[in-house]
Amino acid sequence: MVKEEQKEVIRLRNVSKHYPMGDSVVKALSHLDFKVFQGEFVAIMGPSGSGKSTTMNLVGSLDMPTFGTIYLDGGDISELSESDLAQVRGQKIGFIFQSFNLIPNLTVQENVMLPMMFQGTSLEEREEKAIELLKLVELDDRMDHYPGEISGGQMQRVAIARSLANDPEVILADEPTGNLDTKTGAIVMEFLEKLNKEGKTVIMVTHDPELAERYADVVYWLLDGELDKVTKRVGKKFIDVTKKKKKEAKSNGRR
Amino acid sequence: MKDYLVLAIKNLRHRGIRSWLTLLGIFIGITAVVSLMSLGAGLQAAVSAQFGISATEIITVQAGGVNAFGPPGSGAVNKLTIADSDAIEKLSSVDVSIPRIISSGKLEYDDTLVFGMSASIPSGNKRKLSYEVLESEVETGRLLKDGDVNKVMLGYNFGLVDGVFEKPVVVGKTVLIQDEKFIVVGILEKSGSAIFDNAVMMNYIPLRDLFDYGDDLDVLAVKVRGEDSMDRAKEDIEKLLRKRRNVDVGEEDFEVSTPEAMMETVNSVLGGVQAFIVIIASISILVGALGIVNTMTTSVLERRKEIGIMKAIGGTNWQVFLQFFFESGLLGLVGGIVGVILGTLIGFFGIAGINNFIGGDIGLVIDPILIGGALLGSFVIGSLAGIVPAMSAAKQNPVEALRG
Repeated sequence: MVKEEQKEVIRLRNVSKHYPMGDSVVKALSHLDFKVFQGEFVAIMGPSGSGKSTTMNLVGSLDMPTFGTIYLDGGDISELSESDLAQVRGQKIGFIFQSFNLIPNLTVQENVMLPMMFQGTSLEEREEKAIELLKLVELDDRMDHYPGEISGGQMQRVAIARSLANDPEVILADEPTGNLDTKTGAIVMEFLEKLNKEGKTVIMVTHDPELAERYADVVYWLLDGELDKVTKRVGKKFIDVTKKKKKEAKSNGRR
Repeated sequence: MKDYLVLAIKNLRHRGIRSWLTLLGIFIGITAVVSLMSLGAGLQAAVSAQFGISATEIITVQAGGVNAFGPPGSGAVNKLTIADSDAIEKLSSVDVSIPRIISSGKLEYDDTLVFGMSASIPSGNKRKLSYEVLESEVETGRLLKDGDVNKVMLGYNFGLVDGVFEKPVVVGKTVLIQDEKFIVVGILEKSGSAIFDNAVMMNYIPLRDLFDYGDDLDVLAVKVRGEDSMDRAKEDIEKLLRKRRNVDVGEEDFEVSTPEAMMETVNSVLGGVQAFIVIIASISILVGALGIVNTMTTSVLERRKEIGIMKAIGGTNWQVFLQFFFESGLLGLVGGIVGVILGTLIGFFGIAGINNFIGGDIGLVIDPILIGGALLGSFVIGSLAGIVPAMSAAKQNPVEALRG
């Protein structure tokens, strides 16, 4: 169980995201409250169309909410300029995508170096750190290969190394095993679990409840753009801790 | 900055042939400009040689002004005479005046008849000066000397197979000029001028008698006393001839031209040609720039996902902009490099060709400022062409861009 006095890394307060669609408005996400503490492994669970991706974009500060506030490391992201936000994102969040999203024209090592380049790290330091991180995901022998020359599982491990480049507080993984078979998926998950055990905060977006409950401490269950329930691991079981939150969300919405 | 340049180079390495094809415009434009500039000196020399302009202090005087339908002076009604030549020679600013006859007539060799030009060579000291000015040297045989009566020397092309005649003329053979027999004593070296290389040279008196010139002349070649007095000598001659021929200022029926003036004419013609080529090159470069705009815009669309990734992992708008901006500039630069290389090669072979043609040894002018300017210019053009596409890349919304 996570202790309450731990540092809050990301918080969404009563966040809604609406998309204009012709004359009507699509409410992709309504009144979401979401908190992640340092060192937690949090899963955002839901079937397709439940608002998972929207949540992931908001949590990753790639997108701005229509209503509500997002705090990243205590600061309101809406107060940052686009460029500052990009910088902060680069420092504090490491992204892992379902489709790996490595840059095809760059080698494995260069891909890992790229986030550090955006932070202005020196070339030498970038090269060293990239080698170190690739050793961590056991791919230092594939350093000079291009993404097209390695397997999906290896690409995802490169993506993990890249996500760690700027030593971020949070790893945000969007369906990290979605494009992988069970075996390679398990290897990727082991790396994420290992990182979490070493103190990294991990937020994973998934549609697979088994995967969520196997690795996460807290699971946010989304359904039709709303928070359906929140479960927390207690020992080997998950208990529903939703009730209070749901009421809060509804009362907030009425105000 | 350097990092983004390196990144841009890495991306360029993976470009398809389509991107490179759009550079054709830049490359053709730069090739045209560079080859033109490096050929410039050579072209000038070639054209000058063609018109028989030498750099020495010789003023050419002819009656009737420039005429396009015959040898110099031949169209004039009121020809220059030996008396004119003598009077000019007495001017204080003039050293020597060489009277010359240049006339066209029948040439026959080996039962083939052609029409060609015969030019007179003066005797005595003036012969030596003439040979110096014309840079006459023999390929075979000897030069004409005083007292050669039924003898001629021939231009370079007479010595060639299919030159003036089908068969090459050799020293010692006889040619018929206006049905009179002349023995060939020498074949001249190549001069580069089509006029001289196809001409027959004969001593003054036999030529005068052959064509029945009497005291008439076609051209005077006037050597000035010292180079500085060129303009003064020109004025003196004009003044004298106006008086002798009884014409007013502005109504001259003769022409006195200095090598500078002739050079200027050549240069203004060349300048016109160069301006034309520069305009074509500019259009070509503009088309190339539009090609770069096009290929960069396509590239931004194709690489939306990549842009999304860059933004997700911390790339700011400016950083994304820089990468595409440099990529575009480098595209232009590559076009420029190819253009400079090809342009220099064209210049090199062009100069070699001109040297072969006029028998000269002009060096290829490789101007580092020109080359640097061409390279910098092509980079700048590429960068400018890339500004708008790079801005559109920078402005992509990361969420939408990530969707691809």
